[in-house]
Order: sequence, then C-alpha cells, then structure tokens
Amino acid sequence: MFIIHASSIAASIVTTLIAIALVLSFAMLGSHWLKNHILAFAGESWVIAILSGAVAYYGNYKELYLIAILTALFRGTILPLLLMRLARRLDIEREFTPLFRPASGMVVGGLLIVVAFAVSNSLGTKLGVTNKIALVALTAMFGLKLIGFLLMIVRSEAISHILGLLVIENGIFLGSQILVPGLPFLLELVILFDLLIIVMTFGLLVRYLKTHAGTTSSQQLQKLVG
Amino acid sequence: MTLILILWLIPAIAIVINLPSPWKLRSDYINLAAALGVFACSLILLISTSNEQSNLLHGYLIISSFGNWVTFCVSTVYLLASIYSVGYIPLLKLSPSHTRRFYMLMEGFALSMLVAPFMNNPGLYWIAIDLTTIISAFLVGIEREPESIEAAWKYLIVVSAGLSLSLLGIVLFYWGGTFHLGPVYQMTWSSLHQVANRIPPSFLLLAFLLVLIGFGTKAGLAPMHTWLPDAHSEGPAPVSAMLSGALLNTALLGIVRFLAILNGTKASGPAHLAMIVIGIFSLIIAALFIVRQRGIKRLMAYSSIEHIAIITIGFGFGGTLGIAGALYQMFNHSINKSLMFFGAGNMMRGYASKEIGSIRRVLSSYPATGAAWLLGAIAITGAPPFGLFQSEMSIFRAGIISSNTWALWIVVIALIVIFIGFLNHFRSMYFGYEPNPDTVPTLKMNAWLVSPMWLALIALFVFGIWWPTGLMQFFIRAGRGL
Repeated sequence: MFIIHASSIAASIVTTLIAIALVLSFAMLGSHWLKNHILAFAGESWVIAILSGAVAYYGNYKELYLIAILTALFRGTILPLLLMRLARRLDIEREFTPLFRPASGMVVGGLLIVVAFAVSNSLGTKLGVTNKIALVALTAMFGLKLIGFLLMIVRSEAISHILGLLVIENGIFLGSQILVPGLPFLLELVILFDLLIIVMTFGLLVRYLKTHAGTTSSQQLQKLVG
Repeated sequence: MTLILILWLIPAIAIVINLPSPWKLRSDYINLAAALGVFACSLILLISTSNEQSNLLHGYLIISSFGNWVTFCVSTVYLLASIYSVGYIPLLKLSPSHTRRFYMLMEGFALSMLVAPFMNNPGLYWIAIDLTTIISAFLVGIEREPESIEAAWKYLIVVSAGLSLSLLGIVLFYWGGTFHLGPVYQMTWSSLHQVANRIPPSFLLLAFLLVLIGFGTKAGLAPMHTWLPDAHSEGPAPVSAMLSGALLNTALLGIVRFLAILNGTKASGPAHLAMIVIGIFSLIIAALFIVRQRGIKRLMAYSSIEHIAIITIGFGFGGTLGIAGALYQMFNHSINKSLMFFGAGNMMRGYASKEIGSIRRVLSSYPATGAAWLLGAIAITGAPPFGLFQSEMSIFRAGIISSNTWALWIVVIALIVIFIGFLNHFRSMYFGYEPNPDTVPTLKMNAWLVSPMWLALIALFVFGIWWPTGLMQFFIRAGRGL
C-alpha cells in the first residue's frame, strides 16, 4: 500500500504538494477577484495532477499516469478556460457580496483545517494508521471539503458556487489518489468526464439565470420560499 | 441480461428517434410507446427473477429483487407521466423543437433512473444518480420562467454539494477495505459487505453518515431537502411526478444498500437509529410546512418529504415487517404522488394559479378530475382503504416490535398533524367559500389528463384492500437479498 510503503523522499514530495494545494485554496478564500479564484483552482488541479504522477511513479500504479494527464487537461486546463469564458460572458470580475472580509474568511478556513486535522487524527487512530502521509491526505480531503462548503456559503455569485463545488471535488480526488490509488480506474475516468458535463450544465444554467431571472446572485434569487 | 439491455435500449432508441429528422413524428406518442415497453420489461423482470441476487457482466451489474422493485416503481411512474404528458404538454404552449427536447430529456431521465438500480459498483451507482440530477435539472427549467430556472439552479447546486459528501463516504468505505483486501480490489456492494466486519465500527458509521447525508440530499430528507419544494413545484406536472415518485426511491436505494453493508457489524444499530432520527426530523419538517402551505404543488412536494421520511423510518425499524412496509410504501407513494401531481397540474392550468386560495369548488368545475384528486388526497394521508394505509400499518407494526418504539409516538403525532393539515387544504378547495366569478375555470379536461389519475387511484384501491401473498413473499426475499 502506497501510504505505508512510500519512501521518505516520496512522502516529502507528496506532503509538500498537498500543502501547496491547501495554500491555493486559501488564496481562493482570501481574494474576491474571480480571475484569481479560477487561476488558484487551475493551479490546485495541476498540483493534484503532479501528485497523481508522483503516486504513479513511487507507488508503481501505471494507470495513474493517464489520470494525471487527464486531470491536468480537464481540471487544470479545460474547466478553468470554461469558467473564464463564463465569467467574461456574464461580465463579472469580482464577488461584490461577500459575507466575510478576506481576512475573516481565511481565519475561518484555518479553523476548519484544524477541525479536519482533529477528525483525521481520530480516524487514523481508530484504523491504526499513524502514517504521516495518510494523516495529511485525510486532513486535506476533509479540509478542502470544508473550505469548498465555506466558499459556497459565504459567496453569493453562481460562478463562485461552481468553484466551491470544484474545490470540494478536488479535495476528494486528491485524497483518493493517495489513500486509494487502486480505486477502480474506470470509476476515476467516469468521474472526470462527469465533472466536465456537470460544469457545462452549470455554465448553461447560469446563462439561463442571467437571461431569464436577470441575476446570478443567490441574494437576489429569493422568489421561492416556504 | 437481454431483458435489462432491452429495458435500457427502449428509451435510448426513443431518444434517437426524437432527434431532428425530416419525418414529422409525434414525440409524445414515441415517448408513450417507450414507456409502455419499459413498463412491460420491468414487469417481466420483476416476475421472472426468482433468486435473491445475481451478478452479470463480470460483476458490473447486479440483479436483485430490491433493484427490480425500484425499477418497477420507476417504470410505473414513467408510464403514468407519459400518458399524462400527451394531454399536459400542449397546455404549456412550447415550440415543436422545445417539445421534442422535453420528451428526449424525459426519456433520458427515465433511462438514467433505470440504469442506477442495476449498478453493482457503488461508484457507478453514484455516477448514475449524478446523471439523473443533470438531466432532470433541465426538465425542471424547461419552461424558462424565472422561478423555474431559479429552482433548477438551486436543485443542481444543492444536490451536487450533497452528492459530493456521498462520494467521500464511498471513498472511505473503499479505503477501509484496503487494509484487509489489499490496495486493489473490486468495488461492489458484496465486497464492501464482506469486509465491513473487519473495519472499526466508528469508521464505518462515519462513512455511512456521509452517504446518508449525501444520498439523503437527493432523496429529499430534511434538513437537506431545501431544493425539493422548489424543483417539484416549478417543473411541469409530469416531471414533478417523475422527480417525486421515481427519483426519490432510486436515491433511497443507495442508502438502503449501504445500510445493508453494515448488517452484522456493531455500526448497524447506530446506523438504523440515524435513519430513524433523520426520518423523524424530515417528518416534523414536512408536517409543519404542510399545515402552513399556500402553493398547491409545494403542498405535494412536502408530502413527498413525508413519504420518503416514512420509508426511511421503515428501513430504520428494519425486520421483515419494516422492510416489507417500506418497499410497499415506495410503490404506493409512487402512484399516489403521481396522481396528486397530475391533479395539481390540472388545477393549476384550469384555475390559472398555483395558489391553493385561488382553487375553489373543484367538484363543480371538474367532477371526474376532482373526484379522483379528492380520493387521492384521502389516500395520501394514509387513510384506508388505500395502499398507503397498508404500508404505513406494516411500518407501525415493525416499530412496535423494534427497539425504537419511542419513535412511533412521534411518527403517529406527525401523521395526525399532516392528516388534518393536508385535508384542511382540500376542504377549502372543494367546499370553501364561493369562488370569485373571475376565477371560474374555462379549461376543458381531456382523457389524457384524467385517465392516468384514475388508473393510479384504482391501483391504490386494489393494493389497499388486497396485499397479495406473492408480493409479501417477494418483499421478504428482497429483504433477505439486501
């Protein structure tokens, strides 16, 4: 199993990459410019692609090389380009209605990472896994999930919600590459394509929102209540 | 295998036929023919499968009594909704290409729901459920009204966020297994069940709770239900029926299969309790919102939450009676909710309003539709002599002999509140004050709009007075196969 048999150099590379992915999610929390969000997401996806490559190399999982290439292509390139185009079409450069200031958002994000670490530590102990890589991967998986939810809660623009969801997906993908690199290959492939379809669907619906509802902000989408 | 292929091919072929072509084919009739074919296939599958569970296609497909039952529920609702659509869709005044697109989406939606129950890999099941979300979001927003687009958006974003939690749960389940089965093993329901006993119970419970919240979002369990009243009320009536009667059951199937993975482990008891607690919370939320509801389709939507909550509680109680009652409730909910959404659609178009307050003296204006709708309302609250009474009684009996008898008291109180609240709305619509002369309906009902309501009502009545022995034995088999 990769998390148990990884060499110290592999462990260092993987841990560093996870740390970079987490820092990039904080960049998303700390900025209100949509372009920065999308670039940070693209960066995070490339980091995950490199991570897949590293696990493939050190863990000898050949099919992960293909996953790494597809991750860089889909998550790291096509999805950010689609989102950039969507932001341009909607003429939105910045999230104008944040509930938190950037600094407060980052503090809450930090607290969520602490919670994620506590949960991961407790889970690791129960499973008898005291390995550093497993602990860091679990923390990143739960942490990115929580940060993704935080992004969706504190931001009101539809495109920010899509980005929040993508951060959540990135977290699961990152965690599963390290914890279960042997996850059926077909499943990983289908999830990648599924993500592309869902982002395209989101894009289409956001444009419908703009055309038919006149807004893409959840603060103004308040017609349906009760 | 051949039967499953035919089951999938029928809607797939219907989609292809509905693609733009020089021949002017009636997409509503094509869809209806596909629905009839799907219904026949699912019925044959239901009757012909004798063993509890078998695998096909190198273990990628699973044929089980439980899956076949959910497929049958889906195909029944699809057939009823297809009959109703022939009469209802022209009322929306969609363009011909828009109408064609609607039917293609409907066939795609049915196909995705027919695929999910046969997935033996929990990950592939997750993807099938995700696909149902994508396709049905477009169906919800088909009318392109600001409210329907808002509902479609909320549906997509809330359910996608929820489903991401269940994906995390699935990854954790698989990870737990790697410590005993090695880093690479086949991800199937049975392989996870085999290894579950060797995974620490608290870890299993966490993974199950993630799955419960994730697929629970899709099934409309509170407090993750927020998308449901919007999506169910803003989509066209046949889509609402499919979302409620078919999709919720398909999502619940995943939760129940994960619950079954835990059977025999120490996490099983707490997991069953979690099902009961989330079911009761949903029931209370449904009761509160039903009493104060003003929108007619929103009323039906909250009733869907109520039914799904009861089914969840039934599986939570467990045992032969609990599972049999829950499975019976699934089917009765499917046909009863279809009836109610069709009636609501007819009234909305007839009175040109979604408000309960604008619908008055239904029986005088629409005797045939009105009678079926009123009887359906009595049936939906769980009153005899209709199917839901039988299934709810079975779940009550399971509750009495379970270790969670306390839950039964809350269920009974909530159901009494729902009974009074729901029928009070119908009292005002049928026997309330005289209508304003301006709101007298002018729309004439036709057989396409009324007949599926009566078909559903007759089935509800038959299943209310007669619970076939063969069906009970089938439910026992389905329970054992879990």
